[in-house]
Amino acid sequence: MKIALFATCIVDAMYPRTAQATVAILERLGHEVVFPAGQACCGQMHVNSGYFKEARTVVANHVEAFDTDDYDVAVAPSGSCVASVKHQHELVARRCGDTALEARAAVVGAKTYELSQLLTDVLGVTNAAEQLGSHFPHKVTYHPSCHGMRLLRLEDRQLNLLASVGGIEMVELPEADQCCGFGGTFSMKNADVSSAMMEDKAANICGTGAELCSGGDASCLMHIGGGLSRQGSEVGTLHFAEILASTLENPVTVTGEVKLAGSKR
Amino acid sequence: MSAREDIMNRIKSALRDAPATPVVPREYRRTSDMTAAQRLEQLVDRLVDYKANVFLTPAGEAPARLAELLAGSASIVVPHGLPESWISGLENDGGTPAVHVDSPEHRLTTAELDAVDAVVTAAAVAVSETGTIMLDGGDDQGRRIISLVPDRHICFLNVDQIVEVLPEAIARLEASRPQTWISGPSATSDIELERVEGVHGPRTLDVVILT
Amino acid sequence: MSSNTFLGMPSLPVFGHGNLNATEAFPKAAHRELGNEQLRANLGHATHTIRDKRLKVVAELPDWEDMRNAGAAIKDATMANLPALLEQFEENFTARGGIIHWARDAQEANEIVTALIRETGETEVVKVKSMATQEIGLNEYLEEQGIAAYETDLAELIVQLDHDKPSHILVPAIHKNRSQVRDIFLREMPVVDPLLTDEPAKLAEAARRHLRKKFLSAKVAVSGANFGLADTGTLTVVESEGNGRMCLTLPETLITVMGIEKLLPTWEDLEVFMQLLPRSSTGERMNPYTSLWTGVTPGDGPQNVHLVMLDNGRTAALADEMGRTALNCIRCSACMNVCPVYERTGGHAYGSTYPGPIGAILSPLLTGIKSEENNSLPYASSLCGACFDACPVKINIPEILVHLRGEDVDSKRAKVKVPTQMDLMMKGAEWAFSGGAKLNLLERGLPLGKLAAGRDKVIKKLPGIAGGWTQSRDIPAPPSQSFRQWWAKEHKPGAAVVPGNTAEDAGNGSEGEQP
Ligand code: SF4
Repeated sequence: MKIALFATCIVDAMYPRTAQATVAILERLGHEVVFPAGQACCGQMHVNSGYFKEARTVVANHVEAFDTDDYDVAVAPSGSCVASVKHQHELVARRCGDTALEARAAVVGAKTYELSQLLTDVLGVTNAAEQLGSHFPHKVTYHPSCHGMRLLRLEDRQLNLLASVGGIEMVELPEADQCCGFGGTFSMKNADVSSAMMEDKAANICGTGAELCSGGDASCLMHIGGGLSRQGSEVGTLHFAEILASTLENPVTVTGEVKLAGSKR
Repeated sequence: MSAREDIMNRIKSALRDAPATPVVPREYRRTSDMTAAQRLEQLVDRLVDYKANVFLTPAGEAPARLAELLAGSASIVVPHGLPESWISGLENDGGTPAVHVDSPEHRLTTAELDAVDAVVTAAAVAVSETGTIMLDGGDDQGRRIISLVPDRHICFLNVDQIVEVLPEAIARLEASRPQTWISGPSATSDIELERVEGVHGPRTLDVVILT
Repeated sequence: MSSNTFLGMPSLPVFGHGNLNATEAFPKAAHRELGNEQLRANLGHATHTIRDKRLKVVAELPDWEDMRNAGAAIKDATMANLPALLEQFEENFTARGGIIHWARDAQEANEIVTALIRETGETEVVKVKSMATQEIGLNEYLEEQGIAAYETDLAELIVQLDHDKPSHILVPAIHKNRSQVRDIFLREMPVVDPLLTDEPAKLAEAARRHLRKKFLSAKVAVSGANFGLADTGTLTVVESEGNGRMCLTLPETLITVMGIEKLLPTWEDLEVFMQLLPRSSTGERMNPYTSLWTGVTPGDGPQNVHLVMLDNGRTAALADEMGRTALNCIRCSACMNVCPVYERTGGHAYGSTYPGPIGAILSPLLTGIKSEENNSLPYASSLCGACFDACPVKINIPEILVHLRGEDVDSKRAKVKVPTQMDLMMKGAEWAFSGGAKLNLLERGLPLGKLAAGRDKVIKKLPGIAGGWTQSRDIPAPPSQSFRQWWAKEHKPGAAVVPGNTAEDAGNGSEGEQP
């Protein structure tokens, strides 16, 4: 299968390893990965901040980059960016009265999958240790990000993939379904409330005794990780793609300065 | 322009995009799969959960049950249409408690109602799934006020009046009658969202189910 | 005109007034409320209790989702046919002796209610909890007119005795814990047992004693209504304590104030809503008491029955095609009970009578986005979506929040000349995200960020609005090259490993590419 990677802006710029891990997993399964060069961002920051006019430019760019027959399916390692592609793009086009864009956005949206969705529903991965050689001998907890959970209904897909990694010890996160408080520009506009939410999430994570908190959205992980780092916690955050990509021979090391997903180890 | 006309015009103006009227999907349960025995069991379970007192009584023993429940009570009120036989046990027992009959010809005052110990009524229908008893102001249930002011409500229910789900009860009730749906004694969850029984409505609810 | 087709000139939306406004921007109010530890503890406890209860009773029903679907469709159908349904309701209600009044706004509604009370010659009324009368500020208005209104719902009573404001639509005193309630009772009730404990049952009993005489002697009651059934002209009040029954049954005169959106087309529709509402609101299978009345019943209950139909901005909300489903709200409060923002700030931070997620959309829809500080309300959400999942009538609150943010941005575009920091950030990002090449250009600057992060490899302070982030969160040092750059220069198709997992520099993959 020919799979187009939508890296998402935050992963592209801040967490390239998450995208590299995504490529590695898909290649390991024998698929060809392409990277449409025109891609930039899904535009949800604009939409969610009410800047529809600006969002339209960004959406149009995404649609332009991905509306081709050059690939079979598109994948992104982010629940919220995929939710934006699937649910917001048409809305933006409609609100801006651009029916042509609306139709094309629907086509792109239908072909786009979140990583765990693609792995589970399309590529049939049920056991990461066996099928991907995933190995990660650490104690890990997991935060399901809101948009993956509520807009894409990913249910336990990410969690089940993680649980099937060799050597991993999963510990349950109390109040896992509670938002971490990121919310895009919410974290700036309503920084106090956002921080209060983050602090409760961080406390729950630390209470599990896990070495790491994993999840499927780099932005939420940056938010949680940034909070943990500020609190001086030793607990880091790591995208589930990186854990799936980790093998006995080529492990992700988590000793030392692992504070934030993608930061230097 | 009158306020009515003004508002109507505003509404019509607001709807000038002519939004579609969706067909209502009524795929929820509208009839029961339960047996009568199951419904009875479910109703009892719910009522007990609400802290109502429940008594299963063979129909013939209604008077005796009532007499037993009212032992020690000084006075009660009943609607004029309550089956005579139910209170017959009381009168045979030397006339205590005093039985006040509320009827269209003789309505008890609020003060009189406040002075009685209990009210005895029948009911229109009951929903087992939610533990709800519906009164619709029938002659055996009386005016709404009589089942409200006394601090204790003894409600008689026939087992064949129990349905499982709310839609079945809605089908049996007539909208225009004044109704009171009762699910347990009065209660509040206003303090720390903890349910406590007993506020302004009757603090004791006894349900006698005639089997 | 009885058809739905509008033949006249389209009118501009007429917005509502009353207790619908935030008086300060949400972030500022939230900042203050967040500092109140007691409040946070009370709210945390209460919202978690009610969440668990709701989940339990909802899980009990195999057809909950079917019911939600029916509920949403019934309300959509109601709004689409509102004029005809209002006329039908009016006809049925008046045919049975009820009298209907129409109020364009809060002021008009207050005047109508006052005049009706004056006609009775009374100067006291008992009230059963009603959002509509709170929205229009009826109690304050009546007080100015020399009429005392006694709230009878326990939580409303607590709030009224404490001279406080409600902070929740279902449990207005949710911000008070039991010992605070006891203190208020001891302080404010004229006759109260000085040994009153803070046991909820004892507090409920104190409320019973306090109000009993009032109920038994009241001549006039004011209520709201949960539903009005068009095909029968029936009104419904859903309650727990029996104070509603007292108000609806004992007085001679009953005045109900109801928003025009509260209709349901048919009696049968009640079977859906009386399952959705109790389970969503108090987390009970059914609330203790529900009263239904259709006009006047001779010899039973109030013989002088009035209904005030209130617009107060509802038609303006209805005119907003993207926002109108907010009118489908049945005021169950499930959305606020699950909201992580509400849980931490409480209801007062929203200013309006309607707090929480529904308030954040309904208040600005009723008043217009430009009204006072209400334009800050649509931003009071992380868009986590918990409210949408909980809503029994499936109002897509996150989507409406985003829509209203758009309205706010556009309304400011029209007038603001100097762009805000947010405007500039969005403009900049629009440019960067409008093409891969542009983003690539920007990403070449990443090593600079790495430099800025310094030796501890995190950024601890950013200027301007981004400073909101760094007040409690670090930002990681960016990598030395973007994924895009790595892909172009170093990706070897089929290598299937993550470069540099074991290497010193994550951004540089060369060491990691062993097979
Ligand atoms: S918006 Fe939905 S969940 Fe919130 S109060 Fe209204 S009906 Fe309930």
